Amino acid sequence: MTWASWSFTYVLPVAWILLQIVAVVAPLMLAVAYLTVVERKVIGHMQMRIGPNRVGPGGWLQPIADGLKLLFKESIFPAQANKGVYIIAPLLSIGPALLAWAVIPFGPTYQTPYGEVTPVIADINVSLLFFLAVTSVGIYGVIMAGWAANSKYSILGSMRAGAQMISYEIAMGFALIGVIMAANSLNISEIVEAQAGGFWQWYWLPLLPLFVIYFISGVAETNRLPFDVAEGESEIVAGFHVEYAGMTFALFFLAEYANMILISILTALLFLGGWYSPFPVVPFTWIPGPVWLLLKTALFLFFFLWLRATFPRFRYDQIMRLGWKVFIPVTLVWIAVVGVANLTPLRPLFH
Amino acid sequence: MAAPRIFQTWLLTELWRGLMLTGRHLFKRKITVQYPDEYTPMSPRFRGLHALRRYPNGEERCIACKLCEAVCPALAITIESEERDDGTRRTTRYEIDLTKCIYCGLCEESCPVDSIVETHIFEFHGEERGDLIYGKEKLLAIGDRYEAEIAEARRQDAPYR
Repeated sequence: MTWASWSFTYVLPVAWILLQIVAVVAPLMLAVAYLTVVERKVIGHMQMRIGPNRVGPGGWLQPIADGLKLLFKESIFPAQANKGVYIIAPLLSIGPALLAWAVIPFGPTYQTPYGEVTPVIADINVSLLFFLAVTSVGIYGVIMAGWAANSKYSILGSMRAGAQMISYEIAMGFALIGVIMAANSLNISEIVEAQAGGFWQWYWLPLLPLFVIYFISGVAETNRLPFDVAEGESEIVAGFHVEYAGMTFALFFLAEYANMILISILTALLFLGGWYSPFPVVPFTWIPGPVWLLLKTALFLFFFLWLRATFPRFRYDQIMRLGWKVFIPVTLVWIAVVGVANLTPLRPLFH
Repeated sequence: MAAPRIFQTWLLTELWRGLMLTGRHLFKRKITVQYPDEYTPMSPRFRGLHALRRYPNGEERCIACKLCEAVCPALAITIESEERDDGTRRTTRYEIDLTKCIYCGLCEESCPVDSIVETHIFEFHGEERGDLIYGKEKLLAIGDRYEAEIAEARRQDAPYR
């Protein structure tokens, strides 16, 4: 095997995949960084404050300063901590949060002189299943972090996080089953294609209860307010990541925000027609699809912040009640509705 | 009233009302005072850093009666006194431990000669242990430096005393 053919079979594909990964992860990290500023600004404005405005023009260099600070801080290891697990936990948190992005399509399939190109790293047929599987792994990071730190606050936080994430995963899965039944596909690109058309053809309308439940479960999955009992800074200090400092803490932070963006973009893809413009007429169709997708994602991200600024934290038993006694029955009923409707002349309403 | 209750529950009307409230505030005028650049108005009664005042002829007012030391609820004031050459009683040591002080203003109120006062200064700090124990010289220096401001604050508050 010559050097040239060897590089064509092995080096080039790997380099190409690495390039794709960088093209997704680098903007994602930037988005995470700026989401933190936007969050502080939006919540500040909702509380009639102005938020950070000291670092750089209008405070827009704040995330760089925050990142540098965390980078140079010492990562503290508690004497009682289980070192190996303690280090693996944040990696296990950030890993799945980034891995799930492999199956997220950012736009429609484009016809190019070199063939069809879909802006997605791995265009697999079970991408929705892959997404569910990978995001479920993230809970291990949280539980291991709480366990390894050997502190009562972190173990309480991680137990709560575990119970909560598992409970809401069920409602979330059921909500997605409704989407799968409507689209007849597990491929996210195909699910979006099935919603082709204006906003009245997107799944948010026929699957409205599932749409609402999916987004609220997503908020619970990412441990964001009002479902943040896992962190609960007023009762258990900071929950599962009390003992973490510096870069190990930053990884949890990155994972939480990457998950927020992930949930938002997936809600946009599955229920809000992904890259389709709300009105399939001329001035709207000039805007390219990925821009629409970003706008919809930004809308849901804003909702994350809006919810945080508005609602107080749920009590633990209220969270469990909402998850098990409200969300799961409602999703089950709506799955039945979609299933029955698919066998009746109402089928076109549910695609 | 069964039906409206059901609507309230399932249309999440209460949640939307809450969201609308915070949504409206997003566009309201912001009330932040950007502190190092802007200041809030300050009352002439503001109680900040202490100062010891002098009479216009340069004589220090304090007569070492120790009323402030006695009244101080935080036991932050320490006074030692001696007879001066001209036969008057004067302090040899007048210390305020600002780490103990609770800025209640009782020392100022108890002072029969308006010697110990609390000024408008609140941006002071110490960098080492003991930096915030202010002695007689330091307090007199503050009094000398800010006498005009101190006198003006006393004048404004005088009708209400």
